[in-house]
Amino acid sequence: MKEDPGLFDYWPYENRPKIEWPNGARLAFWVAPNIEFYELDPAINPYRKAWPRPVPDINGYGTRDYGNRVGHMRLMRVLDKYGVRGSISLSTALCDHHPEIIELCKERDWEFFSHGIYNTRYTYGMDEAQEKAMIEDAIETILKHTGQQCSGYLAPALTHTETTMDLFAEAGGIYTCDLFHDDQPTPVHVRSGKKFISVPYSLEMNDTIVYAVNKIEPRRYGEMIKANFDRLYEEGKESGTVMCIPLHGYQVSHPHRLKAFEEALEYITGHSDVWVTTGREIAQHFIANNYDDALADITAKAS
Amino acid sequence: MPLDPSYFEYPHRSYGMDHDQYDWSMLANRKPVEWPNKARVAVWVNVGLQYFPLNQEGKPFNPVGGMTTSYPDLRHYTLREYGNRVGIYRLLKAFDKYKVKPTFAVNTRLAERYPYLINRIKERGDEIICHGWHMDAPHYGGQDIAEEETLITKSLDGLRKLSGQPVVGWISPSKSQSANTPALLAKHGVKYMCDWINDDMPYPFRTASGEITAMPLSTELEDRFIMQANLHSEAEYADQIIDAFDYLYKEADEQGGRMLALSVHPWVLGQPHRIGKLEEVLAHITGHADVWSASAGEIHSAWKKSQC
Repeated sequence: MKEDPGLFDYWPYENRPKIEWPNGARLAFWVAPNIEFYELDPAINPYRKAWPRPVPDINGYGTRDYGNRVGHMRLMRVLDKYGVRGSISLSTALCDHHPEIIELCKERDWEFFSHGIYNTRYTYGMDEAQEKAMIEDAIETILKHTGQQCSGYLAPALTHTETTMDLFAEAGGIYTCDLFHDDQPTPVHVRSGKKFISVPYSLEMNDTIVYAVNKIEPRRYGEMIKANFDRLYEEGKESGTVMCIPLHGYQVSHPHRLKAFEEALEYITGHSDVWVTTGREIAQHFIANNYDDALADITAKAS
Repeated sequence: MPLDPSYFEYPHRSYGMDHDQYDWSMLANRKPVEWPNKARVAVWVNVGLQYFPLNQEGKPFNPVGGMTTSYPDLRHYTLREYGNRVGIYRLLKAFDKYKVKPTFAVNTRLAERYPYLINRIKERGDEIICHGWHMDAPHYGGQDIAEEETLITKSLDGLRKLSGQPVVGWISPSKSQSANTPALLAKHGVKYMCDWINDDMPYPFRTASGEITAMPLSTELEDRFIMQANLHSEAEYADQIIDAFDYLYKEADEQGGRMLALSVHPWVLGQPHRIGKLEEVLAHITGHADVWSASAGEIHSAWKKSQC
């Protein structure tokens, strides 16, 4: 084990080279619906238990299944209304289980990125060859079912190894959602030396963390989203910022939560100078326009 | 040591669910459900009448709402009993004031212990469904099937006798099941079970003993979950239920009848500082036209009819 993951260098959030988003937007805004499949009786990983109760843990399983049966279509109606294209963090086995959901996302020109095979298959304990095969399986599945080349990664259930980023970059990926260290994209070190970056995917704005971990009330979540936006929008005058709202159909789409969320989304998309976009488009723009300057600035400030 | 190669086998990676108990379907794509009198929202208020034994074993897990401290946990025992002695009578008054028809999910051991209470509900004519034996008698994965069947028959037979009702609905303690629970329930005359929380509407569930209906009783909207697990305020409880009702009321206009399943407990909402919030919620709901306050069994029957 290492003291530091070795993925990024210290880079102060002041006097950075300016990021300019398309059309002079101050803030790049993206929404990442997690479309996941949790197994009722998954293979056992020695490092993490899938369910707190003995199988069948119908409480945990049913909670997640609600997202697929009820939640995603409700969320789609809201995102459609405000012109937001989702960037899907996808349990790729869902392409086989629930192709109807994939079709609905394709019709909307949403981005698909990898969130592993199932959200009940953890990366812990995999050797390099195993993790490489799992990552490639997910990428191939996305290509086969959606025609999209997978650009981004959020490790299944946020389980990683020390080589996760290296392997994903080598498999053709350009960005990760697994790092929560910044409000702007940042270069990530990978052993191949490829241009690979972190696109902010805020855990603080993630509905599961908000509702289920931090026990936040639905209307307060709406207020938090607005406050988060207000500050990043203000700071974006100086240099472009990124705001992400990661969501789950089994959380935000419950009838007691969706209205407060919708109000926050209406607020954000009611502003000018907001680039409503996807994870891939942010990554591509940053790599093409800002990556080299960022790296030079980081190097200059390291000493 | 790498993971065992079997970790990379996905035996159920194909169309539909990873089990055969119900079909995969999305709510918005289903045939719209029509409730009696074209109501938009069927409101199912489910009152959990629970007995938490002081000598809790907690095997294989502690019951939700169970004893917490070392024996004897008088603190939690009496807080729960408060509901059965005091809180429930506040709830009954509130239901009557707003003409809301509740459904009572009763632990059979509670019905045995408190004849006054079970008779009071019998006299009201409200539907009684079985909530298992008591809160420390869970159904769980790995449970011996004969042992579970005895638990189910003891619970159902006892409650049928004490209530004088057919008792065709079921909620497991802590909403926990084994893989055999649905089939055992169907075998012993249960028509609907309320443990699965993966939908906002009833849906058909297959078992080795024939079909049973899953009637999802929302945990997210449960009084205990909102105020005691999430530690949200009483005012927040009311806001959330009202927001949920408003959402479903609107969705019903576009997609057909919806069901608001409110799980309440006399030991939570029956406290003097909380009962007013239940009243506020009931006033909001019953202040709308096209709302059908019905028992779980009535909702189940109407849903079944709409599937033909």
